[in-house]
Amino acid sequence: MKLEDLRKIRERAAKEIALRQGDARVRLVVGMGTSGIAAGARDVLAALLDEIAKRDLSDVVVTQTGERGLASSEPVVEVHVKDDPAVVVYGDMTSEKARRVIADHVVQGNPVREFVIEVRR
Amino acid sequence: MRRLNVLVCAGAACVSSQSQETRDALRVEVERQGLAEEVQIVETGCMGPCELGPVLVVYPDGAFYVRVKPADAAEIVSEHFLKGRPVRRLLWEDPQARRIVEQKKQIPFFEKQLKVVLSNCGAIDPENLDEYIAVGGYEALGRVLTERSPAEAVAEIEASGLRGRGGAGFPTGLKWRLVAQEKRTPKYVVCNGDEGDPGAFMDRSLLEGDPHAILEGMAIAAYAVGAEKGYIYVRAEYPLAISRLRVAIEQARRAGLLGTRILETDFSFDVELRIGAGAFVCGEETALIASIEGRRGIPRTRPPYPAARGVFDQPTLINNVETWGNIRHIALRGAAWFRTMGTATSPGTKVFALSGKVRNTGLVEVPMGTTLRELVFDIGGGIPDGKACKAVQTGGPSGGCIPEHLLDTPIDYESLKALGTIMGSGGVIVMDEDNCMVNIARYFLEFTCDESCGTCVPCRAGTRQMLEILDRIVEGRAEAADVERLRSLGETIRRTSLCGLGQAAPNPVLSTMEHFADEYRAHIEEGRCPARVCRSLLRYEIDPSTCRACDRCRQACPVEAITGQPGKGSYVVNADACIRCGRCRDVCPFGAVAVTSGREA
Repeated sequence: MKLEDLRKIRERAAKEIALRQGDARVRLVVGMGTSGIAAGARDVLAALLDEIAKRDLSDVVVTQTGERGLASSEPVVEVHVKDDPAVVVYGDMTSEKARRVIADHVVQGNPVREFVIEVRR
Repeated sequence: MRRLNVLVCAGAACVSSQSQETRDALRVEVERQGLAEEVQIVETGCMGPCELGPVLVVYPDGAFYVRVKPADAAEIVSEHFLKGRPVRRLLWEDPQARRIVEQKKQIPFFEKQLKVVLSNCGAIDPENLDEYIAVGGYEALGRVLTERSPAEAVAEIEASGLRGRGGAGFPTGLKWRLVAQEKRTPKYVVCNGDEGDPGAFMDRSLLEGDPHAILEGMAIAAYAVGAEKGYIYVRAEYPLAISRLRVAIEQARRAGLLGTRILETDFSFDVELRIGAGAFVCGEETALIASIEGRRGIPRTRPPYPAARGVFDQPTLINNVETWGNIRHIALRGAAWFRTMGTATSPGTKVFALSGKVRNTGLVEVPMGTTLRELVFDIGGGIPDGKACKAVQTGGPSGGCIPEHLLDTPIDYESLKALGTIMGSGGVIVMDEDNCMVNIARYFLEFTCDESCGTCVPCRAGTRQMLEILDRIVEGRAEAADVERLRSLGETIRRTSLCGLGQAAPNPVLSTMEHFADEYRAHIEEGRCPARVCRSLLRYEIDPSTCRACDRCRQACPVEAITGQPGKGSYVVNADACIRCGRCRDVCPFGAVAVTSGREA
């Protein structure tokens, strides 16, 4: 192994432990209360993770939260962007919608207006 | 893709409180609840707060769980990992504010620390080479090998001002230069992991938590001084450290980071483990060298120093585990960066093992120059049970006791020496009002007396004489002249012993004689132990007005020293038969048993 090979290993391995650094650019929070899970939040979560992996996004983390009192709009996904006080809340999510949120909002920075149910400041 | 990293502490303290069973239970639950693809469970080295173990951290949120049992696994997985609701009853709670702290970084124990040497301990899996590489591992070695000459590598360490973390504080860079200047080959580099102070576990934790960092530091030194072979000397009492080192050495060899032509350069270096049998004197460098060679571990006179004549009589560079742990950081970030931490004469950080009468026992790292008070009260959380701090002992059996009113002393080599103690390898034992300082001094002296190898007279016979005087003092048989005898013996042993073990052995006695002279006087002149610890000087008595003649004390007494009739009058302790075990006092429901000390007026 040469020094360049070592550096290649580091690039790959660093992604595996990036979660522990806590300096993500975007944090996606999925509502995983009982009603969220019942409405399909697990599939939404899986789609988000899959899309992030496919696009190799290293600065995005996905976490979950409990009930937020929006049972009628579940599954709910919040998008927190670093240094931006506005939190965009998406409702009635599906796997397909989740993939669009990643593509348009997370990557390009354009919130998907038609899915937004609230903007919290 | 993983969305959660669960770091389970697998330091020896957490392992003995069943962290591995907890980890297994978490793995089973994660699998059962279908989260295996999303949650990664990693075992790490010591995170520090050992008395809260088993501990684990969940990232990215940073939730810090304490005292997690295998039975808690199902709830943590279903509530936190699946639904995102941390299990609050298992999160760390601030004992003063009585509130739950949700994130590890907000906990005062961690907040006030500066982790450099320990940066990977508790953050990566010590048995996974990729994780070490991910945090920049072996980059320092790679850069030194490809971009710097051996002389430049030595110069960087010299410029950093790093001093030996084993206790004496000898300038590390100077040691490197002396070995580099030697013409004779082969040369050796040695890692001294013979940590033997009671209450010290810094080296063990570092070897367990970040073994590759030690290997990398040694490889950099080997290149700098022109060695091709290294020895790591660890004591057999550290099985986990040994097994993690074995794994690390094997991984490094397979990856071409140890062995011939490292990173495809012309530099070759390999490491061999030497397991010590646990003799305290083997921490002394010449005794350690003898032990590595397969001879009995006894010291010899210096000079010649190991830099000229060490292992197999060849030039040898010996550094302590923590010193090795600093090397890669200095090589990577430079001497100037290193000097931004600590003080002018003692740059960098120091790892301490905090134990004794302190709330947060465990492993901590602070910049040099931090005061002992900050260490004990801010990071350590102060003294439990509302007791007052009496003294802090540093440097183990080779160190001394610092009284409470001097705790604002900054931690650096010179300041501690001025107080009659030493930095030592980093053991810090906190004592409260219930500790008898004479008894503490006796305890440490008994340890060194027992561990004396017997080669030189001052240490072999002198410590024995000191111990006999201390025995007389704690048993109330001493005379006034014994204090002077103790002092004169101590000073002679300090001046005339062959090695550091003997030279430092009187420190606990001399420092307590200086700072706690009143306690010595009370024992000798009044036959009184102020802390009520020294058994021979105690008297157990039953107060007739509070005694209800319940008979419990009589039943509990192992030597039938208590007489009385159930329900009739009061019970009496026969002082001649009493062995002062205190059981009567423990079982008395009415608090009628009193302990007094001092000759009756």
